[in-house]
Amino acid sequence: MEFVLLIFLPVIFAILVPFVYKYIKGIHTGWLVLLVPLALFSYYLSFMPLMMDGGHAISELKWIPSLGITFTSYIDGLSLLFTLLITGIGSLVVLYSVFYMDKQKEDLGSFYVYLLLFMTAMLGVVQSDNTITLYLFWELTSISSFLLIGFWYTRDKSRFGALKSMMITVFGGLMMLGGFTLLSIMGNTFSIRELIAQAPELVNHPYFTLALLLILLGAFTKSAQFPFYIWLPDAMEAPTPVSAYLHSATMVKAGIYLVARFTPIFGTSSTWIWLVTGIGLLTLFWGSFFAVKQTDLKAILAFSTVSQLGLIMSLLGAGAISYHTTEAMFALATYAAIFHLINHATFKGGLFMIAGIIDHETGTRDIRKLGGLMSVMPISFTVALIGSFSMAGLPPFNGFLSKEMFLDSMVALQHFELFNFDTWGILFPIIAWVASVFTFTYSLYFVLKTFVGQKNFEQLPRQPHEAPIGMLLSPMILASLVLIFFFIPNLVGKWIIKPAVMAVQPTLYASPEAVDVHVLAWHGFGSTALWLTVGIVIVGSLLYVTIPKWQPLYKIQPAKLSLNEGYDALMRGSEKGMNRMSRLYMDGVIRTYLLYMFAFLSVTMIAVLFIKDAFVIDMTSFTALSLYGVLNAVILVLAVGFVVFAKSRLAAIIALGGVGYSVALFFVIFKAPDLALTQLVIETVSVALFLLAFKHLPALSSHGETAKTKIVNFVVALSVGVMVTLVALSSHSQKLIPSISQYYKDTVATEAGGGNIVNVILVDYRGFDTFFEIGVLAIAGIAVLGMIRLRVSRKETTDENK
Amino acid sequence: MTMFYSVCLVLVFLSMLGLLYRVWKGPSTPDRLIALDAIGVMLISAIALLSILFDTPFFIDVILLIAIMSFIGTVSFSKFIERGEIIERGSDR
Repeated sequence: MEFVLLIFLPVIFAILVPFVYKYIKGIHTGWLVLLVPLALFSYYLSFMPLMMDGGHAISELKWIPSLGITFTSYIDGLSLLFTLLITGIGSLVVLYSVFYMDKQKEDLGSFYVYLLLFMTAMLGVVQSDNTITLYLFWELTSISSFLLIGFWYTRDKSRFGALKSMMITVFGGLMMLGGFTLLSIMGNTFSIRELIAQAPELVNHPYFTLALLLILLGAFTKSAQFPFYIWLPDAMEAPTPVSAYLHSATMVKAGIYLVARFTPIFGTSSTWIWLVTGIGLLTLFWGSFFAVKQTDLKAILAFSTVSQLGLIMSLLGAGAISYHTTEAMFALATYAAIFHLINHATFKGGLFMIAGIIDHETGTRDIRKLGGLMSVMPISFTVALIGSFSMAGLPPFNGFLSKEMFLDSMVALQHFELFNFDTWGILFPIIAWVASVFTFTYSLYFVLKTFVGQKNFEQLPRQPHEAPIGMLLSPMILASLVLIFFFIPNLVGKWIIKPAVMAVQPTLYASPEAVDVHVLAWHGFGSTALWLTVGIVIVGSLLYVTIPKWQPLYKIQPAKLSLNEGYDALMRGSEKGMNRMSRLYMDGVIRTYLLYMFAFLSVTMIAVLFIKDAFVIDMTSFTALSLYGVLNAVILVLAVGFVVFAKSRLAAIIALGGVGYSVALFFVIFKAPDLALTQLVIETVSVALFLLAFKHLPALSSHGETAKTKIVNFVVALSVGVMVTLVALSSHSQKLIPSISQYYKDTVATEAGGGNIVNVILVDYRGFDTFFEIGVLAIAGIAVLGMIRLRVSRKETTDENK
Repeated sequence: MTMFYSVCLVLVFLSMLGLLYRVWKGPSTPDRLIALDAIGVMLISAIALLSILFDTPFFIDVILLIAIMSFIGTVSFSKFIERGEIIERGSDR
């Protein structure tokens, strides 16, 4: 079966959704939508045995074969893991949204269209083997996420959040496209598999580091890494199912996927290891530190997502070290990254849904107003407790396992000896530990401030009560997974994680069984990670208890210096700067624009003439001067001078007549009777036309010129004159090919049967030109008639922006 | 003989220069106009002399045309100076 087509199943179903929504009013649209991810999930489950054996599956759909662009669905362990996350959590989110989104109040038709669009996009991102289609789906996730964040488009904050996330992720996406383009130039293919196959050659290519940086930019913006995480907290204005799905389990992991997918290509580079590990750890610390500051439930979760993504990212970076050393700890890092990715998707999805439930049942998400909900919402409390403790890294939840593996890997980092890790490496475990302490603190903060403490239900917008069972179903399933994964980590590892690890590090392992990791919940008292966890629990609890004491610490950071403020300033500044720049040169005065054009033209032409050494004067090509010719030239120059310096317009017109006459005389001197005839008639007619329009012309001296502008005009006019003179002289001096006029002279009587060579050229040899000149005249005549006859009211504003 | 025609031509051009001085100086518009008209006449003589020099009959048309055109030009200028417009509107409009 061509399973590549399954990628498009959600989007095809999305076409039907509006009809379903409109004509089937009786049931919630979500129930029908639910069928799509469920069907996909169960179908993709069937790939698992194949993956477990280290196999992969490929299905292709040709799109633009001549450019090598195909929709290729390449399913290996990594793709399958993400696919299962997308479809599995997708099903749960749709189920949750059926109860969360009101059938009457919300525009469900649009909601599910966007959601299905997003599902296709995500499936495409994780299954594409072709970088171009990967980019296509990548941008589709940005767009559908934009639509989903701005779902309640009547709110200012939603629109702001949607725009911000769009700006940042599309910026990253474009950078990534640049990286992909460089990669395809380097490897001469768009296929990721083929690129991976030639990875050893790519390392020495001059574009290698640039491509690496650009692709990392794409991954970091999408996965909300420092300093691009700022869009994620603002994206919390989206409906909660969207936050749970996009901003915890799937879209923000697209960057993780990208890093994991490209590790076989870039992983050997020290830049990659340093950037991915370093930025990941920085994000981990930053996100966990600022999560405690938040007062909005979803904002806490957003910062915790940022922080956990940083954790996974740093593990992926540490995992790449295994290309340089055989130490088992670094092979563990990749395993830990993938394991934590799964764990995070389960507990964070559940936590978001709980935050949504609290919002739904109490009317607020402000943690300062909440408290004591444990007794009224026992099920939600249980789920939240499981999620939070897993997030904090406590047994018996799956977060504990991956957190211990994380700590182990970070401790191992300091012993790595390449790339200056031995000098700076000691920082890694310290930062990781401190960040974990804060993680513990905000996990407690999240669950205890909401559910424990004194009840003050009076100031809540709604009287709180337990949510309907349908709404609780999805978080309950996720919470039970959190528990189950703790007890069967090695089964999960065997079925899902090891194939994924093999996909990330294909050169190191021959088969998934070769990944030598056995997860243990209990390492004995000798394990470093255990004591680190104990330390985390103790210090974290102390920090939680003393929150009121040290929370003022956050006030040290001035509001002006935050990254959000930086983003706003950038947006405002660029808009203002662009406005100012446009105003600077677009002053609406035609004279200014003409100045630009003439100055540019003359400067470039003169520069090219001299840079290319093209200026040549060949005196022998000139004819002899005649005295009357010189005199006529003097007359012409004087008459032109009169035109320029005339005080009144009438005098200028008369002098212009003089210019025309003297030009006609030149035509006579150079023996062109037809030209002379035409020139005289045209001259007279145009002088008459000037007089005709004279009444309507403004006074000559009303252009607002100052001495300064006059000097500028003079300089530009002079340079244009010099330019034309130089070009004319040098083009006259160097004729590359002889003139074709001899042919006309020879054949004008024999071929065309004429005597006047000019007229024969005009109507016979090159009558086509004449034909269109006649057309031009006709158009000019009609236009004049139109302008005189059809007068639109002058009162209309001419501002095109209004 | 060629020398003679050339000298004549140069004289004609010199008188055109003189007329151009009048176009420049004015002082009134009619002065300039008359000067332009005279330039037209000078043009006629210059072209006649040139066609003798070039030994060709092809410029005779030009001479006739200048005569007509400079007349039309002068008349339209004059009418403009007198009435302020060249083509008056019909009395029925």
